[in-house]
Amino acid sequence: MAKITYIQAILAAIREEMRRDPTTFVMGEDLSIWGTADGLPEEFGRERVRNTPISEAGFIGAAAGAAVAGSRPIVDVTISSFVYPAMDQVVSIIAKSRYLYGGQAKLPLVLRLGLYYGLGVAAQHSDRPYPMFMGVPGLKIITPSNPYDMKGLLKSAIRDDDPVMCFEDTNLWSQRGEVPDDDYVIPLGKANICREGTDVTIVAISGMVRHAIDAADALAKDGVSAEVIDPRSLVPFDRETLLDSIKKTGRLVVVDVAHRSCSVASEISAIVAEEAFWDLRAPIIRVTTPDTHIPHSPAIEHMLYPDKTKIMAAVRQTLS
Amino acid sequence: MNSNSIAMEMYRRMNLIRRFEEMAEQLHAKGKIVGSLHSSIGQEGEIVGACLALRADDYMMGNHRSHGHPIAKGAKLGPLMAELMGRKTGVCGGKGGSMHLADFSVGSIGETSIVGSGMPVAAGAALAAKLQGLDRVSLCFFGDGASNEGTFHESMNLAAVWKLPVIFLCENNLYAAATPMLAVTSVQDIAVRANGYDMPGQVVDGQDVLAVYDCVTAAVARARAGEGPSLIEAKTYRYRDHAVNMGELGKVDLGGRSDEEVAHWKARDPIKLLRNVLVNELGVAEQDIEAIEQAAIQEVEDAHQFAVDSPLPSTDDAFTDVFIGTI
Repeated sequence: MAKITYIQAILAAIREEMRRDPTTFVMGEDLSIWGTADGLPEEFGRERVRNTPISEAGFIGAAAGAAVAGSRPIVDVTISSFVYPAMDQVVSIIAKSRYLYGGQAKLPLVLRLGLYYGLGVAAQHSDRPYPMFMGVPGLKIITPSNPYDMKGLLKSAIRDDDPVMCFEDTNLWSQRGEVPDDDYVIPLGKANICREGTDVTIVAISGMVRHAIDAADALAKDGVSAEVIDPRSLVPFDRETLLDSIKKTGRLVVVDVAHRSCSVASEISAIVAEEAFWDLRAPIIRVTTPDTHIPHSPAIEHMLYPDKTKIMAAVRQTLS
Repeated sequence: MNSNSIAMEMYRRMNLIRRFEEMAEQLHAKGKIVGSLHSSIGQEGEIVGACLALRADDYMMGNHRSHGHPIAKGAKLGPLMAELMGRKTGVCGGKGGSMHLADFSVGSIGETSIVGSGMPVAAGAALAAKLQGLDRVSLCFFGDGASNEGTFHESMNLAAVWKLPVIFLCENNLYAAATPMLAVTSVQDIAVRANGYDMPGQVVDGQDVLAVYDCVTAAVARARAGEGPSLIEAKTYRYRDHAVNMGELGKVDLGGRSDEEVAHWKARDPIKLLRNVLVNELGVAEQDIEAIEQAAIQEVEDAHQFAVDSPLPSTDDAFTDVFIGTI
């Protein structure tokens, strides 16, 4: 077991799966920049590790075609908003082909997309767009929050026969964690209870998980027992773990760095309101990024995102 | 196949498409088919000429004007008609309908209804063939309208830099929906856009099925030999409106088409042209040609009957095939 970074976990998952399955291949923009393809061309050759033109509709659509024709593309979309020029390919082709063609098509592909917020890069580069893809049936969506989960979930995604979007929080790039060298996978659709508790359930997505754990640790000193749940996979979504926790705690705070309206926090709140209303002892609280654009200036960017202080305040409110 | 038998097979498939389209129009008028319906009547020459230049295991993608493509690639008519009529036995189980036919068993890997969207997918199928060491090629049908989409340019560039075995087959029927191609396109011949991507670009008479066949055969050979993609522009014409009930025919003041123009093109009907070749140049007996024509009528009638006799999808079917299993 070694302590490796979130980025190294991505690379490890890809390398192991490329060794395991010769039909896999990697393509994306500027593979040499990010560190998630280091050493791959030397080991697997340039045919299976392909730099693409800046041509998102072209290469994301080509990934769909390659998958339909029996290959398993792993596509580095880099910054998540770069998928927008290829929205038609993602929504009309990748998500819908299996359904439209009555189950004849199989699209085993992975789109890797970086959540590149908190870096002063302003509104066009700072998106956290995973909720909008939850509104498109046919796409599986994962949001790994630590190196261990990253390797295990990404390996599952690469082996999955359906298209999977892997949203990677770039604020976690340098975070280190214990990651086994051996072959393990984490099934899609299985939440992780990061911290057990009895007074309140905090569900947090992606990079928000560490803030939720920090908040829970701080609250423990005040005698508040908070349970922290990381869904890890948004589609499929582990309802059972969520609802079991609500049954126990009766209180819910959902932390999501996406914009407030129609966020994952909104969906989780709706699930609990519909299916566990009588277990609730207080109103649900969402801690999200407000519905404004992300500004460049650090003076007014960071204040928009959920953090430990906001999560603690929300928990206190549910307990009051 | 010798040249006679290839020509006879072309004639058979072109007749199948024409009769299938006519039947579909009738059924739509009677309310037996719902949704949009884009007829390819008039374009059978380029469709069949291109598909017969492919092997059964080559990939073919198409667009919203979708019926002719899988028929030309060899799909059975019954499941195609059942698909149009929303039956469970439809080639897509009744989920795709007229604009989204696909029959993977014959290499028809999908018609797509967003203009230009199939082009990167076709390039990707060619990439997979290359990565897997197969000598398959991929052919993508698209219209003149699609040549103004970004995906056209992105796919051409990607295919050229990666030397992908793909044939981009532009069905230039002179109108992008109801808008004249020349009013919205920067070039007279879309084929010249190949120059920008350093690949061969060729114009061919789309009403001459034999010319299309020869042209695509050469592009396929080039692709199979690892020499990369080609752009072929087949000049053709559709006799009908963009889609049923669109009603742009005759509205010349709005950019629509004149009856004279339609008549001009009908004089060079691709089926008539091939029939003349069969009789006058290849010496095929009239009764053999009529046998093909009658068989096509019967085959389409049988396909209709198959669809009529087929069950509708069940409620559960609305929820399957979103993912491979249930999640």
